[in-house]
Amino acid sequence: MRKTSLGLAALAAVVAVPALAADIQPAVLYDLGGKFDKSFNEAAFNGAEKFHKETSVEFRDFEIQNDAQREQALRNFARKGNSPIVAIGFTQATAIEKVAKEFPDLKFAIVDMVVDLPNVRSIVFKEQEGSYLVGVLAAQASKSKKLGFVGGMDIPLIRKFSCGYVGGAKSIDPKIEVFQNMTGTTGAAWNDPVKGGELAKSQIDRGADVIYHAAGGTGLGVLQAAADAGKLGIGVDSNQNHLHPGKVLTSMLKRVDVAVYDAFADAKADKWTAGVKVLGLKEGGVGWADDANNKALVTAEARAAVEKAAADIVSGKVVVHDYMADKACPY
Amino acid sequence: MSAPHRELPPIVDYALLPLVNVTVAFLVSGLVVLAIGENPIEAVRIMIAGALGYSEGIGFTLYYATDFVFTGLAVAIAFHAGLFNIGAEGQATIGGLGVALVCLTFDGAPWWLVAPFAIAASALFGAAWAYLPAWAQARRGSHIVITTIMFNYLAATLMVYLLVEVMGKPGAMSPETRMFAEATRLPFLRDFLTPFGIDLGQSPLNPTVFVAMLAAWGVWLLIWRTKFGYELRTVGQNPSAAVYAGIDPGGIVIVVMLISGALSGLLAVNEVMGTQHRLLLEFTAGAGFVGIAVALMGRNHPVGVVLAALLFGMLYQGGAELAFEKPKISRDMIVVIQALVILFAGALEHMFRPTLARIFASAPRDDR
Repeated sequence: MRKTSLGLAALAAVVAVPALAADIQPAVLYDLGGKFDKSFNEAAFNGAEKFHKETSVEFRDFEIQNDAQREQALRNFARKGNSPIVAIGFTQATAIEKVAKEFPDLKFAIVDMVVDLPNVRSIVFKEQEGSYLVGVLAAQASKSKKLGFVGGMDIPLIRKFSCGYVGGAKSIDPKIEVFQNMTGTTGAAWNDPVKGGELAKSQIDRGADVIYHAAGGTGLGVLQAAADAGKLGIGVDSNQNHLHPGKVLTSMLKRVDVAVYDAFADAKADKWTAGVKVLGLKEGGVGWADDANNKALVTAEARAAVEKAAADIVSGKVVVHDYMADKACPY
Repeated sequence: MSAPHRELPPIVDYALLPLVNVTVAFLVSGLVVLAIGENPIEAVRIMIAGALGYSEGIGFTLYYATDFVFTGLAVAIAFHAGLFNIGAEGQATIGGLGVALVCLTFDGAPWWLVAPFAIAASALFGAAWAYLPAWAQARRGSHIVITTIMFNYLAATLMVYLLVEVMGKPGAMSPETRMFAEATRLPFLRDFLTPFGIDLGQSPLNPTVFVAMLAAWGVWLLIWRTKFGYELRTVGQNPSAAVYAGIDPGGIVIVVMLISGALSGLLAVNEVMGTQHRLLLEFTAGAGFVGIAVALMGRNHPVGVVLAALLFGMLYQGGAELAFEKPKISRDMIVVIQALVILFAGALEHMFRPTLARIFASAPRDDR
């Protein structure tokens, strides 16, 4: 009898703990690109959705329409007691800073930016390291020794991508040439596949045979144009290899999904920490996509080169320059 | 606009007709909401409650409306001179540059001292951005629609360059200037009204709303109570007659566009000095284009513009609440609803006019 009640108590404790810990109401606030951009914001959604499937904890999310809504939405989440609240994109920083101060008991997280508050987790990625690796692969795959890069907007974050890419390519062949184009100057530049395709075509006309994009939805046009011309594209943020199997050399993975999932899971397991989390190659935050779709494209030689580069970066032997550090690219 | 239609009593023309248009727009939107499996009555309730149901919502509605009054007036005054100013977006953007330059230069000075200069700078910069298209239209015949659209892109390009290369906060990821000092920011009205028991929550409503009201009154005065206003209406209705009357249409076009650009520029006071407290990309968030719809709906009359701006403010704020409450209704759905209102109130404005005219014609006339 005694044993049974003890067993019951133990069972109750086991049941009670998750029930208590599961008492979180996570929320995600996407950036202007929107939830289903096949790239950056969608990765965040996937992370949240994965958490939902595994734990059946419901999460709320919101897509903003203009800048004024950032603060408004965060505050709406906070008032309803949502926590942790994960904001996607560096543009949310000012809003997070304000709202996190107003609600010191709630947990906040921001991706791609550092907000220095005791209840905010800041998650930043070393995009330059992932870009360096795809640069190595691109240089190995290129026959013309001319590469292309199509960015969304000419902002520091995107130069960080392009700088790492050029660095990786030149580490294989210093004489390699990289054509760089930015799509536009407004938010529409992140969602303009037609223009992305045109830029890719013009780079192909100039001789480029591998084109990397860091342009959100615009990049879908870049990959399409490269595939149509029989050249190779390189995807970004999410694994985009499957979009044109055999025509996408690889994708630079930026694991926003992992960042969001971890934020939710840590809060649930009561292991939440605030502060800065830098996710580089070492931490598995960035990388290159290697799957059945691009298996034939990556030669043994290329694989050896990229694995060596990755090992060197992880060991610290190679330090990929961060454009943000001094706003200059030495490559 | 009088020829094909019978005169309607003013109350019908200015109140009933717009009301019918908006109602039909909402009915059609309701069908769309129904089609995605949500309850349209519930949706309307959330929208109205979100926009007007509590004081913070009202604050947000008025804050959005402030933007739309400025751009609506800018488009309306140009309409009166027969010009279609699509460039309010770019003019407002450059107006923001003016505001930011003033606020950053006098950083730390009290806001009431800086505000007049910031207002002047926003108007001046906005007007300057409208000058070249205006000159090209007046003296070289380049169509203002084309040139103002081009200038929107130029403004966006210039901003990216300036914020990335010149004015951006060093080391920051996002292209924006540093924040203005606390003292230099326009105060929020919520801070004034709390002692009187009015709680505007966290809404960004600021004194710029009064500037917008003044601007509306000023535009009315200018168009209908001054010699210049008479001239600009003459040019708008018949440029050849204007020449015959000794008016230089080119000169009028340039001055009207300068005023229009200045009005657009004022939007930046609300956004940059009043709300964001820093210069950032695309702070205009499409208000320049909403201004076209607002002017159309408001029949290019300042009172109509203010009312239409309020309606769009409600749609923006209520729409955000709706998207927040109902995960099934995405922000794209809100754009659809806004577009339907524009369609029925703007493009199909005259659809119900003949019917209404018939109804009122058959009613006994009061001919004394």
